[in-house]
Amino acid sequence: MTASSPGAPSGTGRRLLGLLTPRPSGWQTPAATAVAVVAALALSSALITLTGGSPSASVQALFEGSMADWTAWTSTLLYTAPLLLVAVGACVSARSGSFNIGQEGQVLIGALAAAWVGLRLAINGPALLVIMLLAAALAAGAWAGLSSLMHRLRGVNVVVSTMLMTFVAQQVVAYAVNMPWLLQESRVGNAPVSPQSNPLPPSGLLGSFGEYPGLQINGGLILAVAAAVLAAVAITRTPWGFRLTMLGRNPLAAKHAGVRVNALGGLALAISGALAGLAGAVLLASPVGVNRLQPGMAMNIGWDGLLVALVARNRPLAAMPVALLFGVLRSGGGFLAATGVPSFLVDVVKALLVLAFVAPPVVVALARRRRSGGRPAGARREAAPAAEEAIA
Amino acid sequence: MSAADDISTILSSGIRLTVPLAFAACGEYLAERAGTMNISLEAMMLGAAFGSVATASATGSATTGLVAGVLIGLLIGFVHGNLAHRLEVNTFVVGLVLNALVLGLTSYLITISSFDSHQVTQVSVPWLRDIPLIGHPLFVERWPVYLLLLIVPLTWWLVERSRWGLELRAVGEQPQAADVTGIRVNLRRRQALLWCGALAGLGGAYLAVGEVGSFNQNMTAGRGYIVIAAVIFGAWRLGRTLLGCVLFGLADAMRLALPALGLTMNSQLLVVAPYLLALVAMLVFTTRNREPKSLGQPFVRGST
Repeated sequence: MTASSPGAPSGTGRRLLGLLTPRPSGWQTPAATAVAVVAALALSSALITLTGGSPSASVQALFEGSMADWTAWTSTLLYTAPLLLVAVGACVSARSGSFNIGQEGQVLIGALAAAWVGLRLAINGPALLVIMLLAAALAAGAWAGLSSLMHRLRGVNVVVSTMLMTFVAQQVVAYAVNMPWLLQESRVGNAPVSPQSNPLPPSGLLGSFGEYPGLQINGGLILAVAAAVLAAVAITRTPWGFRLTMLGRNPLAAKHAGVRVNALGGLALAISGALAGLAGAVLLASPVGVNRLQPGMAMNIGWDGLLVALVARNRPLAAMPVALLFGVLRSGGGFLAATGVPSFLVDVVKALLVLAFVAPPVVVALARRRRSGGRPAGARREAAPAAEEAIA
Repeated sequence: MSAADDISTILSSGIRLTVPLAFAACGEYLAERAGTMNISLEAMMLGAAFGSVATASATGSATTGLVAGVLIGLLIGFVHGNLAHRLEVNTFVVGLVLNALVLGLTSYLITISSFDSHQVTQVSVPWLRDIPLIGHPLFVERWPVYLLLLIVPLTWWLVERSRWGLELRAVGEQPQAADVTGIRVNLRRRQALLWCGALAGLGGAYLAVGEVGSFNQNMTAGRGYIVIAAVIFGAWRLGRTLLGCVLFGLADAMRLALPALGLTMNSQLLVVAPYLLALVAMLVFTTRNREPKSLGQPFVRGST
């Protein structure tokens, strides 16, 4: 990553090393990002003011809904956990050069698998939860793996197929909760049945840890943080992670260096799907909530988790604070309505923030290339969805 | 109700559901031929739908609303084009962010405002409307529908017969070679996105001020993605793309009509059909070299 070390050779060698440095170092990128973030926040407050709201009251409401007391923190962390899981997966696949944008569907498939296993087995004891999480990861990993298989066998674009599979997943879940023989809730007396599953048995719910006065750390969060740390170590400190990064930067070079391109790329995509599936299981088995499989239960967690990874520039550790920020926005968004500002404002702020983090590095790199006479300044890959250089 | 009436009703609603798709599909088709897999189509349609209703309410004219919709589509195409094909931000990232931004913004704005309902006028073609079965569905429509008769041939001519279109296709297939011959690759892609934005805007605006007369939250509800599926299903040929739009429009109409007809069928299957068909089409077509070779890949001079 830090190829521009001292003692770099001159001439061609230096240029090659320059090619290996995807991220322009120096102060320009952080400075440009800071300016862009300020601009994004200014635009958001302008929007609130123009529509007759008060920016300071909105910030106050966001704070009260997400951080003011232990209850608010608990709710924030409940959102943070699945967001972080999705984001870590997105980091892994983007690093390998496969840009997975189907997390929203993979979340649902994970929840579907977890619900099916949890309701069919319904055993007592912690084994049920473990089996549910495994089932969710396996099912969603296989779901994402399908896209990889389509790419490998028939050259189908991964971005497009993961996107289309999202809509398929939504209908699969809708089908499952509409069919009594699959997962639809059982009829009690003559009460009408809704398109949702039965609630999970208590042994299938994630626990909360540390019953401090109010603050509860949900089990999903521990899972998510563990996944983030594990992914960070695997990517930056292991030969596997090196091969993964090499594959993402230059698949042809990776192939010549002996990386099993298809297997590794497919695995990365499956891992990202599996983590999104875990996020689905975490949503389903959350200590708070209805604990039923419902078609709308993904709540855009998949799309938002993807945005978290974009803001974190595909670094799992950086994804932790970003996921927390997005959790804060989600949790605080519910309080906004009380101040007369619709909670949809939060979505605008999120999108603007993502733009503010994604655009500056690219602009800085472009400006440098223009200055250096058109020579590529960043590593450009040959024929893969260039997910990473857009972000890195 | 006779069977003929049922069929006529479903046809009628199917055509009305097809028209917004067809407008946007003409745009997306052209953008994809130039090498941009434009997923901000959803944002273009949704933004235009909102803008058209807001403008129509403010000016009292649905036609002005339609124009405003086109302008908003153009604006989003302009933003996407400059971010993706000038600043070289990954085009899928740009699309995702624009979709999220427009969905959030329109949902926000519609929650705090209310608009008067305006609709463009209906045209009823004499004599032709009396044809049994297809007469009413085809010849009693809001007037923008008949713009399709102009736009479809124009899009085909632009892509297949004009010099500009030849350059577009070159840019979509072999941007490096196109660049060497002096074509400004990223400029062509930006122009293609403008065309796409204008037409997607027209489609979204038609949906709002043509069919419905008002705007509701997430009004387009994934129609942009259906259009993308239609272009893939159509193997990047205009005729088949439009056929895909008609199929998907009819499937949607069937889904809405099923309860009224007293039929029980899984609506999920009808909803999912476009996406499944697109996936199958991709599996089939990729080995037949139908896809523009550089679809979705950024162009950077000096890289291979």
